[in-house]
Amino acid sequence: MLNFDIVLAGTVNGLAAGAIYVLVAVGLTLIYGVLHIINFAHGSLLMLAMYAVFFLFTRARIDPYLALPLVVAGSFALGYVLYRFLIGRFAHGKDENILLITLGLSIILDNLALFFFTGDTQTIDVPHASGIVEIGPAFLPKAKVIAFFAALGLCAALGAYIGRSDMGKAIRAVARERQGARLVGIDVEHVFAVSYGIGIACLGAAACLLMPSFYVSPSSGHAFVLIAFTTVVLGGMGSFLGALLGGFVIGITESLGGLFLGEQLGQIGISLIFILILLLRPTGLFGGGR
Amino acid sequence: MADDAILQVRDLRAGYGPVEILRGVDLDVRAGEIVALLGSNGAGKSTLNNALSGIFRPFGGSIRFMGAEIAGAPAARIVEVGLVQVPEGRRVFPNLSVRENLELGSYRRGRANRARNLERVVGIFPRLAERAGQAAGTLSGGEQQMLAIGRGLMTEPRLLILDEPSLGLSPLLVEEMFALIRRLNADGLAILLVEQNVVQSLAIARRAYVLEHGRIALSGPAAELAGDPALRRSYLGL
Repeated sequence: MLNFDIVLAGTVNGLAAGAIYVLVAVGLTLIYGVLHIINFAHGSLLMLAMYAVFFLFTRARIDPYLALPLVVAGSFALGYVLYRFLIGRFAHGKDENILLITLGLSIILDNLALFFFTGDTQTIDVPHASGIVEIGPAFLPKAKVIAFFAALGLCAALGAYIGRSDMGKAIRAVARERQGARLVGIDVEHVFAVSYGIGIACLGAAACLLMPSFYVSPSSGHAFVLIAFTTVVLGGMGSFLGALLGGFVIGITESLGGLFLGEQLGQIGISLIFILILLLRPTGLFGGGR
Repeated sequence: MADDAILQVRDLRAGYGPVEILRGVDLDVRAGEIVALLGSNGAGKSTLNNALSGIFRPFGGSIRFMGAEIAGAPAARIVEVGLVQVPEGRRVFPNLSVRENLELGSYRRGRANRARNLERVVGIFPRLAERAGQAAGTLSGGEQQMLAIGRGLMTEPRLLILDEPSLGLSPLLVEEMFALIRRLNADGLAILLVEQNVVQSLAIARRAYVLEHGRIALSGPAAELAGDPALRRSYLGL
């Protein structure tokens, strides 16, 4: 019954799905690592970005892949402004306030989406991204293959930016030593807003890569956020590498779970990983104790 | 007092929340001199530093640096005009490498000369070159202090505030630290040295101020203060 080819196909499928999870989780873990808050608005902002891709395609006939730079830039700007003028301003330096604000933001965005876009699920049909690609024993939708490589490329670019640029160094500096950062002249609030903006920009990229093979509805962000949270907990809160590895592990777990237990029960593996990590290694794979 | 002062603090009042800690401080630093700011724990030295560096807004009074009013200006702008603080407790970035720490020293100021300054700092602290790729959090206390000062020098300071640079160092390293401060000053750098180490600070400073309960209790040429019985009384709170 255990057919090796099927397992391999499931793994390849899981890797492809995992790449998107990585993108969503990297944004979440970056925001956590720098701001020390869990961004509860993550799912709603992903949903918003997916609608942006949807409307750009249906109203302006802009291909989702060509829209990527536009949506990423727009998402960054939205994230920056949200942090600078809403989250940061009303948080008064208290982390628990940020948590409440992002949660409130999420509720507002979800309901606005429900009001304006209705609860219907929407899809787009991108002809050049439809079709099937054969990879070994696996048959993958072309859109997922594109998403896999694009997500990896974007993660590598982001990693290089955080690792090498002055802003990247400032982001990492602010994550651990805010007072020292102020004393070298780093505008800490600006760096916070940039970090939040980059986290949301990752969602914009994920939305562009998702839409050709997925649907959007006002609640479609939540499915990804639950997975992203698990990914981040698995990899270690605030760990870039952890999010990368965690995303793929979760993707494969979900895919193989679905294969052996069926679509409905397949997700159980993700929850199991979540519980096991919390029991055995609460700091996650790459999380250091603070 | 002096017209050639690069830093001129007048009637500075500052504190935390409703608590006023500095209750009217006057202080000058002139170009090229080492000024020691002495005082026991809780006298208000750190409050003064943080107000000077724009970490928080003073309640009142004036801080003029290079002729411009900077009281209440954001920390980034104060760094930009060349008033740089090496804080107590070093405050290096523990998760960044030694080299990255130094590079961030020129985040706001001195970026154009980053490579040249890096070479100069490494010349002063050869140990930092050996540790360039290592995370700053893994350095010893003395090495972290060198890194903090090196990071401050990368900012091309016009006035360097050194807050307790000898704190937590072994006696031998303390000697080295004071020799280094003297050397930096010999190159023309103005230094405001905030210290608990009275004898050694007075030995290298030109002038000194003694802070007591948020006010300047004593001030004058360092050589005179060193022999002043009032200093001992003020410092020990007798």
